[in-house]
Amino acid sequence: MSGQLKVRVDPDKCQGHARCKALAPELFDLDEYGNAHEAGDGTVPPGLEDKAYLAKANCPEIAIEVTEV
Amino acid sequence: MSDTSTMPEHPPVADWIRDFDHTDPSWTENPFPIWEQMRAASPVVHTDRFLGCYMPTTYEAVRKIAHDTEHFSSRRVIVRDERPEVTRNAAPPITSDPPYHKPAKQLLLPPFTPDAMKKLEPRVRAICNELIDEFIADGRCDAAARYTKYVPVRTIAHMLGIPEQDGDLFIQWIHMILELSITNEAALMQAVQEMTAYFTGHIEARKVKPTDDLISTLMNAKDKDGQPLDDGHVMGSLRLLLIAGIDTTWSAIGSCLWHLANHPADRARLIADPKLMPIAVEELLRAYSPVTMAREVVKETVVEGCPMKPGNMVLLSFPAANRDPAVFPDADKVVLDRKENRHAAFGLGIHRCVGSNLARMEMTVALEEWLKRIPEFRLDPAGEVKWSQGTVRGPRQLPLLF
Repeated sequence: MSGQLKVRVDPDKCQGHARCKALAPELFDLDEYGNAHEAGDGTVPPGLEDKAYLAKANCPEIAIEVTEV
Repeated sequence: MSDTSTMPEHPPVADWIRDFDHTDPSWTENPFPIWEQMRAASPVVHTDRFLGCYMPTTYEAVRKIAHDTEHFSSRRVIVRDERPEVTRNAAPPITSDPPYHKPAKQLLLPPFTPDAMKKLEPRVRAICNELIDEFIADGRCDAAARYTKYVPVRTIAHMLGIPEQDGDLFIQWIHMILELSITNEAALMQAVQEMTAYFTGHIEARKVKPTDDLISTLMNAKDKDGQPLDDGHVMGSLRLLLIAGIDTTWSAIGSCLWHLANHPADRARLIADPKLMPIAVEELLRAYSPVTMAREVVKETVVEGCPMKPGNMVLLSFPAANRDPAVFPDADKVVLDRKENRHAAFGLGIHRCVGSNLARMEMTVALEEWLKRIPEFRLDPAGEVKWSQGTVRGPRQLPLLF
């Protein structure tokens, strides 16, 4: 347990509310339809941990997972 | 514009648990205590009005129904007195169920992404200032009639590529479709015919001379088999964009201004800390969600312990879900910097509002520009605030002094 966080968007749950992109633009990207996926491999750079949890707490579809790796 | 005189046959509600009616004047005026009472009684309540209709009262019950496209159909999305035959291509994708929903929705999504909205933002900012220019010197205005209505009207007209000055026509059709239609089928038919004739002209003109607006985008769109959309599908989608893009945002911006007129501390906070605006807009969306949708039960099921039978409609109140204290602490209080806010103002599941990014941008810009130029304002005590009736709630008359 390094305390390193990762975010992941469940593509089957995401409906494109885009709250994650608004709250944590460094951690999420949107496709041409506006649906979200994690940026890169989802690794949360140091200092952005709060944003990861904020995005999770504001996803209406409960599509975001934040895990410690 | 609410025209309650057209609804004589709805007796006043005495029992909100067993005989609710969302067209009742007391619901229009202040629905929040009614929802609280219903929620305390049951997660799902029923009325025999509207030929039989349920209403989920908790966030969880609303969420389950919104996610369940097997038992609940979107073929009818407004609860009204009559149940006329369902027409194909009524307004795809909002009236579509799987498997037809996804391809219809995907056609509409690209023009409404957050990036697309950023490009539109300067025009919306200009629209807001043009409107404010017209009344700021008066020191007073009906903000619902002079501002909150025309921000979305002119924005959607700009996107569609139709004259911004045709706005009053759109407003009249929408009023007939969303409010009068609940009890008056003829008003609905008339509005749909007039809209169809109007858009037919614009579609024909673009067949001769293509443009780069949303109407041309839809006309050029291909379905999943690579075929162009038929005119009926294009027409249905245009109807949807107009209906869904105006009344809703008009209501949302109006409710925000109404709240800020009544809460000087919230106003001062937003002026002192403009970065708070996007988060505050989410909270105002939660507290004053304008849009209630509907479903039709097509297969018997049980939701939160409550049996739901086919043949009944479902009044799917996202606004009531967003006031559920089980999900939102201090649900009846506006907390501008609410940290955890999974509000359902734009729906949940596959029918998430196509225009949610547009609505958010319009709300943010309309409030920012208003507060920049009119930081101090209050309700005019000599005037009266009037709220719309039916399934889109917001101020239709909002007299302000500044």
